[in-house]
Amino acid sequence: MSSTVTYRTCPRSGLQFEGQAEKLMIANAVVAVVFLLVGGLLAVGVVLTRWPAVHWLAADTFYQVLTAHGIDMLIFWIIFFEVAVLYFCSSTLLRCRIATPNVAWLAFALMLIGAVTNNVAVFQGGSSVMMTSYVPMMAAPHFYLGLILFAVGALVACFVFFGTLVIAKRDKTYQGSVPLVTFGAITAAIIAVFTIASGAIILIPTFLMSVGIVKEVNALVYRTVWWAFGHSSQQINVAAHISIWYAVAAIAFGAKPMSERVSRGAFLLYILFLQLASAHHLLADPGVSTAWKVVNTSYFMYFAVLASMIHGLTIPGAIEVAQRKKGFNKGLFEWLRKAPWGNPVFSGMFISLIGFGFLGGISGVMMGTEQLNMIIHNTIYVPGHFHATVVVGTTLSFMALTYFLIPVLFRREMINPGLAKLQPYLFGLSMYFFCLVMMGAGTLGVSRRNWDMAMVGAVLPYEWPGAAYLMMGLVGIAGVAAMVGGAIYIYVTVGSLLWGKKLDSGAVSPRFTPIPATPAGAVVQNYGSAGFAAPGTFALAMVFLSAFVLYYFINWKYLSQVWGLS
Amino acid sequence: MSAILPPSERLWWKHPLDRVEGTWIAIAFVWCMVMFFMMVGWHIYGKQNLSTETYRTTPEQFAAKAQAMVDKYTVRTETDQKIPVVHPPEGSDVYLIARLWSWWPILELEKDKTYRLHLTAMDYNHGFSLQPTNINIQVVPGFEHVVKITPNQSGQFSVVCNEYCGINHATMVGRLYVK
Repeated sequence: MSSTVTYRTCPRSGLQFEGQAEKLMIANAVVAVVFLLVGGLLAVGVVLTRWPAVHWLAADTFYQVLTAHGIDMLIFWIIFFEVAVLYFCSSTLLRCRIATPNVAWLAFALMLIGAVTNNVAVFQGGSSVMMTSYVPMMAAPHFYLGLILFAVGALVACFVFFGTLVIAKRDKTYQGSVPLVTFGAITAAIIAVFTIASGAIILIPTFLMSVGIVKEVNALVYRTVWWAFGHSSQQINVAAHISIWYAVAAIAFGAKPMSERVSRGAFLLYILFLQLASAHHLLADPGVSTAWKVVNTSYFMYFAVLASMIHGLTIPGAIEVAQRKKGFNKGLFEWLRKAPWGNPVFSGMFISLIGFGFLGGISGVMMGTEQLNMIIHNTIYVPGHFHATVVVGTTLSFMALTYFLIPVLFRREMINPGLAKLQPYLFGLSMYFFCLVMMGAGTLGVSRRNWDMAMVGAVLPYEWPGAAYLMMGLVGIAGVAAMVGGAIYIYVTVGSLLWGKKLDSGAVSPRFTPIPATPAGAVVQNYGSAGFAAPGTFALAMVFLSAFVLYYFINWKYLSQVWGLS
Repeated sequence: MSAILPPSERLWWKHPLDRVEGTWIAIAFVWCMVMFFMMVGWHIYGKQNLSTETYRTTPEQFAAKAQAMVDKYTVRTETDQKIPVVHPPEGSDVYLIARLWSWWPILELEKDKTYRLHLTAMDYNHGFSLQPTNINIQVVPGFEHVVKITPNQSGQFSVVCNEYCGINHATMVGRLYVK
């Protein structure tokens, strides 16, 4: 264990960073951004090939690039960043040293080696099996080996996080319960342990199959267990980026959770039910019973949807209450109009929240409804949905948090704040449009993971309707706009790290300063109207619900018109 | 004070709910139950529910059954490859093979009649995507999925593969007629 433990207090935020934890956060976040850059470059190939008028790459390159894009973005970029978030939510928010820093570095090394190995396998060719790598289609052995090493590293990082919580408790760095944001991070880490274990359970036999030791991995068992990894890893993201939303509300507004009980209860519902959603991917599969599908796909009885709807209200609600206290109390929406829209930390988070709810959330419930899935399964509606969840939801939240971390963690002045101000709007809104037109194309039946919608060379080609071509053209345009937004993020982040003015680190001390006990304030609620502390948020929530209900029944209407199936 | 600090009240779980939260939770809960029972109810009253009838199979077994159907009910062939067009009787077992990179044979069904469609993949995973109707079913190797289908429109339909299955995946399209 490292002998020199030092703490510095950031003069800009008041946050206290422990030396080792800080280095680990920086390392994980930087590698994450590198994978975002790689994944972003690969996105150019994907978008410009699926844009029918451009149709850039050859088929083999396209499938290779699509495989790498999926894995680099969905797994490596996001999980590296999440490890940094976990260390931040434990060591920094609880003001304690990180547990076993050497083991944390080992975890980092395993993750990095694994990620690079997997990328090498994909770029060598012969492993263009998509992120899902469904057996019996086989990739090279080091494709699986890379993923397994990465998974083990990520698992170790989760245990470092849990260990850090124990240290904070033992050293009494805080009193009472952990902060809500840390509680959300604990939720993410618990989900991560389940996820990574599932990944290991299925990838290890598949690796053994690829080297010839195991003869066969059952195709349906693979799909079932792989999705306990593949879908659940996206649930880590949900828990992580919702924690970030709460954190940003606290950072940008000093917002207090409307009620700790409700918000924590919602996270608890995630721990209990969110994992069941891996069933979403098996709704159109043979050999899985109806009861299993219905119970799992609905997160038991939509309890995780309930939890998300709660967070969707309580986060803007907390902002509204904080803003009304500051005097922005006129009408329903003055609090929102007078929000710091020029601050990319806030604007990124808010664009993320709205897009995640309206686009990602609603479409996710559609696809996750057993029967409605039949008109959506494996169409490009699916990537339309998950770009709304993982790009608008997770990635944009991480970007927003980065703008906060550049001065605080990296101690650099942001270069070009004007571009940074614009970035969440360009990236977020073009992604909104990208997701919408993708879902539009999916509604017309266009397949995902398909190199050529014109089907040149097919014996019995199918002619997609003109509207499908139009939608895919719009996907191309929106995708290019979003990639420009992504490039600005990389430029501002990397540029600030390289050329930004160095900022004062703040006082360094060999001892931590415990979090002072906050005096319990009297519960007074003088704001809002009709006994509602956050009437504006409630009105927005009702708009959301109306959109949800309407779109839900439109899809049922559409389903009722297709062939009879029983 | 805020979400990044420990809760100011030690007994935060005793903090009363704000009315806006309580109301929203109640509304959201009701909506969740509506969605859950909609899904269950459609199994009782709806006409589009995916069957779960499944058998283990091998490519040889399945190919033999499909060949028997083709031998019995072929009405004509199409294209240079002489793909058989099969017109099976109402209610019969109909076999559709998914393989790299084609759907075989071409089926010719009748409107408003019900058939037992057997699906399997001979090699990798494939995706049965009926266009332009837009019905999508996963086709998994080793499993024979029996789906009862009742076409409600006549015309020419395509079966597009929508699960990635290798380099020529984009050319894997089959045909289906409904009279």
